[in-house]
Amino acid sequence: MNENKSKKAPYTIPIGPTHPALKEPILFTFKINGEVVEEVDFAPGKAHRGIEWMGMRRNPVQIVHLTDRICGICGVSHTFAFARAVEQIADIEVPDRAHYIRTILAEFERIQSHLLWAGVAAHELGFDTLFNLAWRVREESMDLIELLTGNRVNYAIVQVGGVRRDIEEEKFARIEEGLQYYENVAGKLLKLFLHDKTINMRCRDCGLLTKEAALGLCTVGPTARASGVRMDVRLDSPYGAYGELDFDYAMPDLYCGETRGDVYDRIVVRLLEVVQSVDLIRQCIKQMPEGETLWETKMPKLLAACKKAEGEAVGRVEAPRGECLHYVRMNKSDSPYMWKVKASTYSNQLSWLEMLKGEQIADIPIIVASIDPCMSCTDRVAVVRDGKPDIYSKEYLHRMSVEKTRRLMND
Amino acid sequence: MTDTARKLMTAEEVAERFASKFGDRIISSETKHWCEGVKKTPVNSVWLRIDTGILHDAIAELISIDYPHLGVISAVDMEEKIDVLYHLTVFFGSKGSEITVNFMVSVPKENPVVPTISDLIPGAVYSEREKQEMIGVKVEGIPDERGLFLPEDFPEGVYPWRKDEAGIPEGMIKDLWAVGRPEDRPNPPVKPKPEKKKSVDKPEKKAEKETPVEKGESKSPEEEKVKEPETHAGDARAEEVKGDE
Repeated sequence: MNENKSKKAPYTIPIGPTHPALKEPILFTFKINGEVVEEVDFAPGKAHRGIEWMGMRRNPVQIVHLTDRICGICGVSHTFAFARAVEQIADIEVPDRAHYIRTILAEFERIQSHLLWAGVAAHELGFDTLFNLAWRVREESMDLIELLTGNRVNYAIVQVGGVRRDIEEEKFARIEEGLQYYENVAGKLLKLFLHDKTINMRCRDCGLLTKEAALGLCTVGPTARASGVRMDVRLDSPYGAYGELDFDYAMPDLYCGETRGDVYDRIVVRLLEVVQSVDLIRQCIKQMPEGETLWETKMPKLLAACKKAEGEAVGRVEAPRGECLHYVRMNKSDSPYMWKVKASTYSNQLSWLEMLKGEQIADIPIIVASIDPCMSCTDRVAVVRDGKPDIYSKEYLHRMSVEKTRRLMND
Repeated sequence: MTDTARKLMTAEEVAERFASKFGDRIISSETKHWCEGVKKTPVNSVWLRIDTGILHDAIAELISIDYPHLGVISAVDMEEKIDVLYHLTVFFGSKGSEITVNFMVSVPKENPVVPTISDLIPGAVYSEREKQEMIGVKVEGIPDERGLFLPEDFPEGVYPWRKDEAGIPEGMIKDLWAVGRPEDRPNPPVKPKPEKKKSVDKPEKKAEKETPVEKGESKSPEEEKVKEPETHAGDARAEEVKGDE
């Protein structure tokens, strides 16, 4: 195409790799014909830090703190998955109370992650009032996480064999207050997100992913569920306290009566899960047994147990964005012989190729955001025409998206 | 692929089905049950070490049982050989009946080749690209040859997960503690943390030590000590960053 120096479509447009809002930088290449995306390709790995390599040179307790830092949002999920893998190899029995504390924190993490995502989605559509509201509501869960772990991010709460902090009696009243807050505000959020005309216009039948494609491309979590795949590690392979809790797959047809697999359905699933998480935390608090929170409090003993361990295991948990998988192989040495981390976005990224095909440039931000690849937005787009680069700024793309909303409203 | 068509099986039944279909080409077979929680809900998995030649057929057989979800493909450098593991799950969506099926194949290091399974599971290409790049296992018939995570200027023939001479060489490792501060940037707005006092008697000596970064204004050690807690509070209020996996 370059040789022809053709002014004719399709144009090839790279986006990225640095996006201020996409916390993991990623390079997209779009083939555009007019306003329509014909082909998509992407190149991840712009933030590859070699964490697995580092982990294979550290002991399991050090890795637990490293896993906290894999993702700022899924802090509990990664440590939880890694700890579960090591516990299976070393045959460590986690105390019952610790299972419940892990579950409570994982659910609070889900609430804050989904609300953060909902805010970003609203922002991508140019609905900034809703963005501010969603993030305001999210703060309550951040406060509660801070109360329970001491940190807003990098919680350092899960340890191999249990959790590092108990939830003391006096904190339950404050948790209850937070749960009530979410119950009161849930109706409002559902109404604002799902019954708004603008959101309906922009998200319905936009960025479609069929059930077959979702299965074939190995998607996970809310992205898979929004396409009608009944898949949730919490229910499929119960871990922590999930085996004792009463809940069901959050599917979009529960709310809308049908599953279309579009961006709107992904909003539905995430909002339903926020409501579900509140219920799960309440069930946990009701059933929580008394007792220890750690299998072994003395660090040398714990490390010695890990050093004796030999074998391999897979630790899976349902992170807010979907299945998070850690494969660990140990061979009676200080550090694991092999450690493979599979985060949820790893599985979901390929679905972009399906979703973005045939969509308009102005829909790129919301569709890219819809799998919750952390956040989305577009930093800058370089359009190459006749070999001369032309830069679309992030603001320009965002403005295009907002203008599309306006256009639709005026029609 | 539909929910209604599938018939649930136990982990043992799945292992048995593979054993009867492939016979001695299944090198070893093991079922594991891990129980968690107060009720000890069991989670079942099947670990099958198989001949590389039947990998493609084994995945096809699993698809005939139930369309699986491929979690990830992992690989381990075992000195002489490379173990490649396929972590799949079947029967998800049926509340607690899910089975994790792990296929393991060993390929020799001189000729590490596995067949692609991306014709059966299109999403597998992502993980296969990663294996080619990270541990140097050649995936035969892969539709997309490119790398995935490593930068374009990454040296050829270096594979981060290898534990032999093809692994990351010493010279490529950058120790964070040894990097120091970049020299072309302005000094940080706060004074660096003074060194921990070992003896209370000699504050003058400490004062000399504690200014590795030069600043325009000079302060007595006492003033700095007063300032210190504030600095810490500022650091602790770390910005929340939504970094991804």
